[in-house]
Amino acid sequence: MIKPSSLQPEAAAFRETVPAGEYFLKVVKAGQSVRILDLEGNQAADTLFYNASNPSERYSAVDTIREQGNVYLTAGSRLLSSEGNLMLEITADTCGRHDTLGGACAAESNTTRYALEKKCMHSCRDSWLVAVTEHEELGMSKRDITHNINFFMNVPVTAEGGLTFADGISDAGKYVELKAAMDVLVMISNCPQLNNPCNAYNPTPIEVLVWE
Amino acid sequence: MLQTATPLYDDLIPGGSHWSLIIRRGHVLRLIDETGGASLGMLLYNPENTLERYNMPDTLKNQHTFHLTRGHVLFSDMGRVFASITRDDLGWHDTVSGTSNADLVARRWGEKTYQQAHNHYHRNGLTSFLNELAKFGLGKKDLTANLNWFSKVQTDDDGNMRFVPEHSSAGAVVDLRFEMDTLVVMHTCPHPLDTATEYPRRPVRYQLFTAASVSDADPCKISSPEATRAFANNALYHLMQ
Repeated sequence: MIKPSSLQPEAAAFRETVPAGEYFLKVVKAGQSVRILDLEGNQAADTLFYNASNPSERYSAVDTIREQGNVYLTAGSRLLSSEGNLMLEITADTCGRHDTLGGACAAESNTTRYALEKKCMHSCRDSWLVAVTEHEELGMSKRDITHNINFFMNVPVTAEGGLTFADGISDAGKYVELKAAMDVLVMISNCPQLNNPCNAYNPTPIEVLVWE
Repeated sequence: MLQTATPLYDDLIPGGSHWSLIIRRGHVLRLIDETGGASLGMLLYNPENTLERYNMPDTLKNQHTFHLTRGHVLFSDMGRVFASITRDDLGWHDTVSGTSNADLVARRWGEKTYQQAHNHYHRNGLTSFLNELAKFGLGKKDLTANLNWFSKVQTDDDGNMRFVPEHSSAGAVVDLRFEMDTLVVMHTCPHPLDTATEYPRRPVRYQLFTAASVSDADPCKISSPEATRAFANNALYHLMQ
């Protein structure tokens, strides 16, 4: 569902550009809105959310899709935690559909998906693993790397049980905006994937904005 | 796919219960829906390094599928195969709907405590998984998207999900051939989307067999280039064991 936001970038309390292949880590407080902006188009923002005061409670892809009865995310989607609590709600979306089934790239899954010799190429899980090891104060590790949202990705499912990675439906300037219902730690890997035609083999930067 | 016709072991998990065991590489786990309408929740870990676990997204995207059936393999998050589905009488098993929790069970089928109902109390999938995981030093952080054997959840063109009732019939069989040593965590609590009016309490029988050796022409091994590469990763892993 296409639903633009009324929030103005000039009024944002926080703005940061995240280059492809980098991670983004920030606590967004309950009541604040966070926007992820696809600056150049067809980029994937692989995103994980955690309860900021207890990271063992985290975004759950399967609980979210089951309780909303739909496998795609868009404006109106309520993102649920592994304990069934509301973490964030998607309040605006100019893309129309986001994926939460496809997971993130990792060195090891790149070997199976593309070729055994792709194993040393940079991946989203690399970015997250660096994020949690560079922030020991969070007490997080690979145990905490779980199933994410791929903002701006299009992964259609068919009634016959097929699944495909289709061309992106995002474009330069498209965005998704979420309002936090609890204090959440937002952990994004701005995807460095060089093997997927979805981004024309050209990973690009995103921007993250936060409003009070 | 079985080297032996007689099971090495045969056991029944009552409906609404949980159990776990380590299955060694080269064995087949046969799951049998004893009465029809069963659902078996399952999680998989490498007992040598429990940070390696079943990965639903990799399993789906590597095989371009939303459902699981014979010929598919179950991927770990380390690019390896835990198990191959070598027999399936049903054609569709779910891995995207997660598992029930206490609130869901109470909302759907009412609360029934141990004090009230003894071993017929209403257990839920999440608590059941945590109960078994704790035996191996694992917990909430180790939960991941699980398998729901015997259950079918379909989508329409707009992505709306629909549980297909009575998908599984009495006697339906799924065979999982383990390609590496695996910690298998199971429960027989209801599928979270089950539309039954009464708490469904459906037992699942499981049997263990010795697997026949896996050739290079094995149907699961050559089912996709992705699976073939995952088997190559398994071979490297076992080279150093």
